[in-house]
Amino acid sequence: MYDATHLFEPPVMTEEEKMERFKERIENGEKIEADDWMPDFYRDTLIKLISMHGISEIMGALPEKEWVPKAPSLRRKLGIMAKVQDEMGHGQLLLRVVEDLMKPYGKTRADLMDDLFTGRLKFHNVFHMPTRSWADAGTIGWLVDGAAIITQTNMLGASYGPYARALQRICAEEVFHAQHGESIIMALAEGTPEQKAMIQESLDEWWESLLMFFGPASKETTGTSKQDVTIAYKIRTKTNEELRQNFFTKYVPRIRSLGLIIPDPTLRFDEETGQWIYAQPDWTEFKKIIQGGCPRSKERLALRQTSYQNNAWVREALAETIG
Amino acid sequence: MTETERLALASLLYQLADDDFLYAYRGSEWLGLAPHIEEDVASSSIAQDSMGHAAMYYQLLEEIGEGKADALAHVRLAHERKNSVLVERVNGPGYYMENPEYDWAYAVVRNYCYTLAKKVRIDSLKKSSYTPLAALAVKVNMELYYHLLHWQTWFTQLYQSTETARQKMDAALERVLADFGDLFDYGEASELIDEMRLIEGQGILLDRWYQALTPVLVDLNVTLPEMKMTYNGRNGEHSPDLNDALSTLGEVYLLDQSAVW
Repeated sequence: MYDATHLFEPPVMTEEEKMERFKERIENGEKIEADDWMPDFYRDTLIKLISMHGISEIMGALPEKEWVPKAPSLRRKLGIMAKVQDEMGHGQLLLRVVEDLMKPYGKTRADLMDDLFTGRLKFHNVFHMPTRSWADAGTIGWLVDGAAIITQTNMLGASYGPYARALQRICAEEVFHAQHGESIIMALAEGTPEQKAMIQESLDEWWESLLMFFGPASKETTGTSKQDVTIAYKIRTKTNEELRQNFFTKYVPRIRSLGLIIPDPTLRFDEETGQWIYAQPDWTEFKKIIQGGCPRSKERLALRQTSYQNNAWVREALAETIG
Repeated sequence: MTETERLALASLLYQLADDDFLYAYRGSEWLGLAPHIEEDVASSSIAQDSMGHAAMYYQLLEEIGEGKADALAHVRLAHERKNSVLVERVNGPGYYMENPEYDWAYAVVRNYCYTLAKKVRIDSLKKSSYTPLAALAVKVNMELYYHLLHWQTWFTQLYQSTETARQKMDAALERVLADFGDLFDYGEASELIDEMRLIEGQGILLDRWYQALTPVLVDLNVTLPEMKMTYNGRNGEHSPDLNDALSTLGEVYLLDQSAVW
């Protein structure tokens, strides 16, 4: 009898063939899924990118949380509570994506937390910043989330399917967050002289960090940048500088229309090149910040670490009950 | 409604509003500190719902002429507050931004016991003679189902796990019951609240709470410690914890009460 089983077995491919096939799929705009073959550098780049994104959502909830109880009306309290809850949800969604990617390496979420505490896993520079006033809560929502929307929509078409799908939901919610932040800022902008001063101070404080948020223009600035690989493998489409330029185009007019002064006298749009000219933020400071050089970074990390240790008995208890 | 009756209604509404306001605040302090990220998502959602409930009660107070809801939530001093002492207690030593040494067992036991009490009250309020309150109770009840399920799951799972967990849960139950005595108390206006049929009597509700809790405790082989009253929050008697909580909750609002925030 004719044995037909071999017809249903996938052909054995060499590593080179697998790589060729992988590149073809990326070129054709196909989505790579969690169980698909992928080269290690693609997997490693995704792990690094998505774990940083995920942990930034989680650590990013902490600066805003500082203002949750202090939010100055019932409506604002409800708004900011909803927002920080969303951010935690984004963190959870992204960590699930990373967990699948780490599986072949035998790594789990506990390893990620260890990496966070030992400083191997970095989080976004903006979430190291101290929050000094209620206006900072508005700035985070309006401009930090506004910046996040710009970087994240840049990856909505990411070649890695699970990340692209998580981003769909995250971006939809981020739009609400930006509106929440804008509404806080608008109320302050239309308010008393003290309230207006509060947002100007906040902008002065956050401006450099907002520019840094998009990352350095090239690896020459800070020594490392993954943007070339991420663009080549269609994880993202635009460079850091293109995204920063998009941010200026969208937000500079809006900020100015509120009567606020952007703390960069050199900032202008150059008609000839079609580019915004601006003062570079201090990139040496940027490196220090993401390595945890801010006092608030240490305190926020300590918050998570203490709670992680305090709750060790709960994790042990759960392991006992649900295995 | 006579003025005395209006005041009795206001007294009950303040109890309900202040309870959920402080309960939501204590819940929100846990954000980012819960045992795992899934729990952070779930419990911050519960805190958010509870703040929503508080806002609805303050709104009813505004509608019966007690003043603006935001002012009622943010300006009233500790001795004017009518929340139960249980919900004002700190989550543990330390401030929520610095070195919080929070106790998850205390959170679970407090949240479970409080949510069960809230469920008993809401079921009774659905039949309140004050129809706006009855309508509000129907709305709250929908979310409360999930809150109760959530905390009951934690409560039973932790009790059924390790010896350490059981000891921590026992200690937490002792502390929670030591503050529980004013929860079903209606304070100075209690006779009129009863007469007006705004909610059923304290004894009836307390009994229903025991009835709901007993089978759960029996299954877990847990004996309920003695219920005590340290302060009667319904009459404005409070622990020092409340003062600290109120200064945080009102910090920005009190910068300028006439400003639009």
